[in-house]
Amino acid sequence: MEAQRIDFYPTHTYKGYRLRSGKPFPFGATLVPGGVNFSIFSCAAQSCKLVLFNKHESEPFVEIPFLDQFRIGSVFTMVVFDLDVETLEYGYRMDGPFDPGRGLRFDASKILMDPYARVIGGRDIWGVTPNWQDSYQHRARLVLEDFDWEEDRPLELPMEDLIIYEMHVRSFTRHPSAGVKHPGTYAGIREKIPYLKELGVNCIELMPIYEFDEFENSRLHPTTGEQLLNYWGYSTVGFFAPKAGYAATGKLGMQVDELKNLIKDLHQNGIEVILDVVFNHTAEGNEYGPTISYRGIDNQTYYMLTPEGYYFNFSGCGNTLNCNNPIVRSMVIECLRYWASEYHIDGFRFDLASILGRDPLGYPLANPPLLEALAFDPVLSKCKLIAEAWDAGGLYQVGSFPAYGRWAEWNGKYRDGIRRFLKGDTGRIGDVGQRLQGSPDLYRGRGTTASVNFITCHDGFTLMDLVSYNSKHNEANGENNNDGGNDNHSWNCGWEGPTEDQGIQTLRRRQIKNAVAMLMVSQGVPMILMGDEVGRTQQGNNNTYCHDNELNWLNWHLLAENPELFRFFSRCIAFRKAHPILRNREHFRNVDYMNTGYADITWHGTQAWNADWSEGSRVIAFMLSGKHAKEGSANDDFIYVALNVYWDALPFQLPRLPEGVQWHIVANTSVNYPDDIWGVGEEPPLSDQNTLLLGGRAVAILVGR
Amino acid sequence: MAFTSSLEVKDDAALITLTGELDAASANTFKDSVEQAATHQPKRLVLLMANLEYMASAGLRVLIFAKQKMGSDVDIYVVGAQEGVLETLSKTGFDRSVILADSY
Repeated sequence: MEAQRIDFYPTHTYKGYRLRSGKPFPFGATLVPGGVNFSIFSCAAQSCKLVLFNKHESEPFVEIPFLDQFRIGSVFTMVVFDLDVETLEYGYRMDGPFDPGRGLRFDASKILMDPYARVIGGRDIWGVTPNWQDSYQHRARLVLEDFDWEEDRPLELPMEDLIIYEMHVRSFTRHPSAGVKHPGTYAGIREKIPYLKELGVNCIELMPIYEFDEFENSRLHPTTGEQLLNYWGYSTVGFFAPKAGYAATGKLGMQVDELKNLIKDLHQNGIEVILDVVFNHTAEGNEYGPTISYRGIDNQTYYMLTPEGYYFNFSGCGNTLNCNNPIVRSMVIECLRYWASEYHIDGFRFDLASILGRDPLGYPLANPPLLEALAFDPVLSKCKLIAEAWDAGGLYQVGSFPAYGRWAEWNGKYRDGIRRFLKGDTGRIGDVGQRLQGSPDLYRGRGTTASVNFITCHDGFTLMDLVSYNSKHNEANGENNNDGGNDNHSWNCGWEGPTEDQGIQTLRRRQIKNAVAMLMVSQGVPMILMGDEVGRTQQGNNNTYCHDNELNWLNWHLLAENPELFRFFSRCIAFRKAHPILRNREHFRNVDYMNTGYADITWHGTQAWNADWSEGSRVIAFMLSGKHAKEGSANDDFIYVALNVYWDALPFQLPRLPEGVQWHIVANTSVNYPDDIWGVGEEPPLSDQNTLLLGGRAVAILVGR
Repeated sequence: MAFTSSLEVKDDAALITLTGELDAASANTFKDSVEQAATHQPKRLVLLMANLEYMASAGLRVLIFAKQKMGSDVDIYVVGAQEGVLETLSKTGFDRSVILADSY
């Protein structure tokens, strides 16, 4: 006989609502037989009320105080029966002292969102001006966690095989030229999966999709009057809820289903999903910001506070989440477990991750418990963990981020080093040699996969702008061009901005090809920025965080305008996928441990076997011996790459191959389309097997087989 | 308009005619019909939706329930669905779990 539970019946009533004491775990609102279990903690609140609304209504239909016997420790918990799961919105009112000097900011006049809310209403449709009179702006809702995943689970692609495509959900398909049925949404991305497959990427990294408020700090441009938004979304309202405004079904409250279906579809097409997550601060800002949730629930738990009770600002955004407080730490871990298990997310990229290694007073920890806990978490054990290894408080940890054998990093030194080399700076050869090898100088012992290599990302210039502008042009942001970085290491190829000059246009395209060619032959994990494959421009703006317009939207007409670039990208990607020697997990050893007569990597110059590492050199070439692919467990061809960032053509003497093996040309960026790159298996043999003449500012890739 | 759900079994197909608004309040009625249909072990489940005006997330969930209840070898047909219902199915991606048809 099945055992009967006796703990799911009401024991109390309040104004006709039937209640009983709840369970403290899990935190948040959980469906239980006949009712909903509400659980929320506050270390300093004296009392708490549950505030219940019908969807979209401005006044609550009831406020139910938590009885004293419903509190265990600092957790308020109760079950309320007979609620309509589909139409309910809930919040809390917390009462306690308002004493900012001691870090306490209770205010019983505010209705507070549950930090564990899994669906959040209030910004259901992107860009619709909120009703600012509403006393409850971001409204916690309930969700059924019963999605039908069928056979799906995270793909667990080897890290070294990833080719990451960083994109913004709205920007990817919002432009009218995208031609999708549901522009700017999760559903829109689904329609573009064939495009991603044609390009060849196997992982998309979504800029923040946790619920945020695009109207946070929204303002009008001082001269143009244009509406500027918190467009990128690096400012979290709720960590457990997907952004409703990114869902075509947001107004129906079905964003959870829509996003899960997107992920399931991407997985079926062999594409992983990494989320860019922002745990360094919240949307509440400093003491002048809105009270949405955390501030009113448990201010001194959630935030790093100065001894005087002000907010530390290591994020540059007003406040700093107190990640190494044990309670907040648990929330972050639970949150990531939730996304990995409930949404089948394949990995996470942590915005300003160095903050996650600071103690509650802001000092960097030698052994940060949060980073360690994430590295060893059983649910997250196959998830990619990628750190943006710096913060806005001056901590820069590229190469030294506490990794626990698990963490990878956005390699900012790769970006800067490749950019400087590409624009022709001298004294860069030694550095670029390290970057091409997966930065063993930075990641010795951690392998190549510690390095996420990128030349462009959402922060900074697009690749087209990198070769079209010497300096940033951020006037459209309304901050007198003072925002955004100045260390762009960019070169405009002879004219600032758009030009009709064919020579300059050709050189720019060639520089773009040089960049992606270098990226795809580098050890480590390559990441490309949405639109770089078709020459997307932001008109020289290197910080487009506030624009819901063509500065950010991907213009799909560019695909027809620049088929040459798209083809070059997709073929470089295919080449990388075809050659395991480009995706070694361990760094090269510079020795011939397979006894082939060739070391795993060898360095060359205009003379074979004689690389010029001197200060004035702008030339380097390397050869990979394919028998050392995957540390000798796979068999690959020889690969030779020549980089000439000198302005004139130079002859490169080629290293001699074993008897019967010939050099074939894969790519030569100094040759005009369509002979600039060949498809895998179609590479023609070189007529001269001894010397390759490579044009100025060009990259050549050869394969020996 | 009030929700109705009626079952008819013809040969090896179970036909359920849905009318009105399928939301959280009415989803159980639909679910009951699906359970009854399952007892006949049909080869096809046909959902006639021409007069269904609205489907909420609770309705989607019953479709998934039907799929799991019937087994993967039973095809589910959604017949004559109105534009709003079709939109909901396609945006959330559930259109791939069923066979859409104009008539049956």
